[in-house]
Amino acid sequence: MSTLAAKVQEVFNEPGCDKNKGKSEKERKKGCTKQLAPGAAAGGCAFDGAKIALQPITDVAHLVHGPIACEGNSWDNRGAKTSGSSLYRTGFTTDIGETDVVFGGEKRLYKSIKEIIDKYDPPAVFVYQTCVPAMIGDDIEAVCKAAAKKFNKPVIPVNSPGFVGPKNLGNKLAGEAILEHVIGTQEPEYTTPYDINIIGEYNLAGELWQVKPLLDELGIRILSCISGDGKYNEVAYSHRAKASMMVCSKAMINVARKMEERYDIPFFEGSFYGIGDMSDSLREIARLLVERGAPAELKDRTEAVIEREEARAWARIAPYKERLTGKKVLLITGGVKSWSVVAALQEAGMELVGTSVKKSTKEDKERIKELMGQDAHMIDDMTPREMYKMLKDAQADIMLSGGRSQFIALKAKMPWLDINQERHHAYAGYEGMVELVHEIDKALFNPVWEQVRRPPPWQEKTWEERANEAIAAEAAELAADPVKAEQVRREKRVCKCHNVNVGALEDAIAAGSLTTVDALAEATHAGTGCGGCRDTMEQMIEAANAGGAVPASKAA
Amino acid sequence: MARVEVSKKACAVNPLKMSQPIGGALAFMGVQGCMPLLHGSQGCTSFGLVLFVRHFREAIPLQTTAMSEVATVLGGLENVEEAVVNIAKRAKPEIIGICSTGVTETKGDDVDGYIQLIRQRHPELDHMGIVYVSTPDFKDAFQDGWGKTVAKLIEAFVPANETPSQRASQRVNVLPGCHLTPGDIDELRDIIESFGLEPTFLPDLSGSLDGHLPEDFTPTTLGGTSREAMAQMGSAAWTIAVGEQMRLAATALERRAGVPFVLFDRLTGLAPNDELIEFLSRISGRPVPLKFKRQRGQLVDAMLDGHFHFGAKKVTIGAEPDLLFAIGSWLIEMGADVTAAVTTTHSAVLEKLAIDEVLIGDLEDLENRSKGADLIMTHSHGRQASERLGVPLFRLGLPTFDRLGAGHELTVGYRGTRTLIFNIGNMFISQAHEPGPDTWRREEENVTHFGGEPAPELVQLTAMA
Repeated sequence: MSTLAAKVQEVFNEPGCDKNKGKSEKERKKGCTKQLAPGAAAGGCAFDGAKIALQPITDVAHLVHGPIACEGNSWDNRGAKTSGSSLYRTGFTTDIGETDVVFGGEKRLYKSIKEIIDKYDPPAVFVYQTCVPAMIGDDIEAVCKAAAKKFNKPVIPVNSPGFVGPKNLGNKLAGEAILEHVIGTQEPEYTTPYDINIIGEYNLAGELWQVKPLLDELGIRILSCISGDGKYNEVAYSHRAKASMMVCSKAMINVARKMEERYDIPFFEGSFYGIGDMSDSLREIARLLVERGAPAELKDRTEAVIEREEARAWARIAPYKERLTGKKVLLITGGVKSWSVVAALQEAGMELVGTSVKKSTKEDKERIKELMGQDAHMIDDMTPREMYKMLKDAQADIMLSGGRSQFIALKAKMPWLDINQERHHAYAGYEGMVELVHEIDKALFNPVWEQVRRPPPWQEKTWEERANEAIAAEAAELAADPVKAEQVRREKRVCKCHNVNVGALEDAIAAGSLTTVDALAEATHAGTGCGGCRDTMEQMIEAANAGGAVPASKAA
Repeated sequence: MARVEVSKKACAVNPLKMSQPIGGALAFMGVQGCMPLLHGSQGCTSFGLVLFVRHFREAIPLQTTAMSEVATVLGGLENVEEAVVNIAKRAKPEIIGICSTGVTETKGDDVDGYIQLIRQRHPELDHMGIVYVSTPDFKDAFQDGWGKTVAKLIEAFVPANETPSQRASQRVNVLPGCHLTPGDIDELRDIIESFGLEPTFLPDLSGSLDGHLPEDFTPTTLGGTSREAMAQMGSAAWTIAVGEQMRLAATALERRAGVPFVLFDRLTGLAPNDELIEFLSRISGRPVPLKFKRQRGQLVDAMLDGHFHFGAKKVTIGAEPDLLFAIGSWLIEMGADVTAAVTTTHSAVLEKLAIDEVLIGDLEDLENRSKGADLIMTHSHGRQASERLGVPLFRLGLPTFDRLGAGHELTVGYRGTRTLIFNIGNMFISQAHEPGPDTWRREEENVTHFGGEPAPELVQLTAMA
């Protein structure tokens, strides 16, 4: 396990990751491997993250070495689309049993690889390590090496047992696996000055194909998309691209950065979500390619395409304006870059409500972008009642979020739209934004809302009325009892990863006369997990130094 | 009668099976005010959560002890303690139901011991129930986790009393297997209540995952069997268990409180429902209500109408043992041939299935055995095989994530059986081919005989004309 530990360390020292750069040397060493709060945590594990990152490579066999839980409970649950092979949709697992746990699972793993190659003959087999075989000491790297030699076929170990950390760590470990074993192992038949890599794009719901026609039109070739609609050999020769685009989620920032380091492929971080961001991304691609030797006229052609596409997109969004003007949207999660869609929603006349929008200075917006990646945790930490209250207080007409919080909106009889990973509609590029506005329109104006909100004629009080009364009663109780109100305020959690509340932080600040976030983190462990609460901590320190406590409403 | 074989493959391809901890967690979801907690790393929980959300289309309460690598090596006492305290504070459940996973079982965490320690250290949690079930991922399957959890619930909440002074003659316990949907439970409740009996279901998914709009937000389960109801199960007159997987729980209840039980290994089909109705009539002392006579008549009529379409149809099934047995046995009674049966785990009921072989295997095994079949029956993961083979798929069991209403599918009772005949029969009817001129042509005949070169005798005829 020492090599895995070293790899995890390396990922945490990733200079391309701002989140890590924001931490002190010591905290960085601990990385995201720090324990999340038991009984209050949600989200996937490192194995989950690794599988998500690599499974969109469509022609390889993805073999999960572990008990049935890891693959049996989870396979076939994401909509990454393919233009060719569909082998990636097949679930392969060693499904280890009690005997394997006692005697070791390496033999079964080796035999499994052989069976897969005999039956399916894929260009490569990816082997995912999970917790149980990692604990009993199965050395998947050795097995993969032996199998690769014996069967004369790449067998790639992806060492990412779930317990080493959360999903985003798994994304990066997946990146390390292909950096080490795949990228640079083959050569393309030919190269052009217009070859790019797209890194961190998974072609969910076919989103890559909303973008690809424009690149095709510009003569830009996607040499390799890692990993959406990818093929093994494309990843293997991706080191010959002229430039890379790192799609904003940063899941595989280590791949982009190390390819720059090793193969001199410059990269930029961009997004396909939102009209402005899409245009910026096209511009950046053209700029980098020209910098790397493509003819300068590419820039002019790109600008022409941008102008045409933007005009077309705005024109197609315009008709919705009449119906959507004044409607309020609550954006809760950022599985995709929620902020990128703001312009499109505003163009359609919609207004954004919700805590995150209140701080809308340029710097804040940048910071919120950083936080969005971790927002899934924020949602899961809220109680349904808090979310209902938020929906109600924000007086929103529709909620956009990830699938897990959908039932809170739906049971509150609120229109809801999935903008997270499991969605079935593609929202990338200019096409995608028009689609998003169309979907919002469809959801908002469905006549079903009027019907489901109508209480049965014999019912005296609706459920919403009761919920509202309960919330009002709670608020009144707190207002009448300052001691309890203070207690509730102090119990409000700030650090979701380590379960640190306002009171503990204030006490620490007061007791230690702390003036920096790092010192406060040292004292309380807050801000050493995902780092999402460091802004709040900073505000608390400022407020304490200014002589006042932070109101609970601002503390989370 | 069936021979149970185990697949010899090292690699499972397209798993049919799901792990037992999430089976246990689902059972806990049928208990009121409960928070299921998986003792393992985060992924163990999140995979189960996503699976249930996709199937039931409901918010799912499920928590994790979030075991890290270090915690796993050192042992999970701290994590279990912290999880229990956190959940108690945040969700205020009446019961926390803990299932172990592969990671913590491999380490050998003594969770029962941990709970004793936690009880000592946190007297403020005395009012809250904590139930632990050992459910390693690398053993058994989904329905085993469910069955073990129900048995554990009985041991935890039914007071031990082998000879209660008084039994409530109108009260019956019902222990439904995990192959019964919330809709099935509603149907059974309706049937039992028609005899003036008062059933207590354990677990009761009908109140928790049946898709009704809640009265209030709650972070724990909605509805489900309450602690009080469980405490009274010991004084019921009878226990009705549905599915072989519930034998463990039914036996536990009998041993603990002396409640006699009857086990129905299935409630799909005419004969088993006749038995159920007859049994209910006997224990309630009431005549069979007219509505069941009507429903029985309707089922018999549906069987007569349907048998034309079921006769000699080749059906393959992939399902957990009890579901496989219920549906397979009924299909055979309808005249269909169950040409392949694949299941996930051992069970005594498998041998009773009236076919040659039952295979403990995966969906690849099922796919290989489904070429030329008329129908495949398995969960939604079977859709890929169905597409490849061009054989229609009838979605059966969990997870059914690409159809609405999985929680309301009905397979029990006269009415449920009748519904099944109609739904499956209609699939067979829509498959019927229109005959064409070549339908009955044998392959060895030379098709180009008339299509290409004219036959010699025709040339001759033309020449003569």
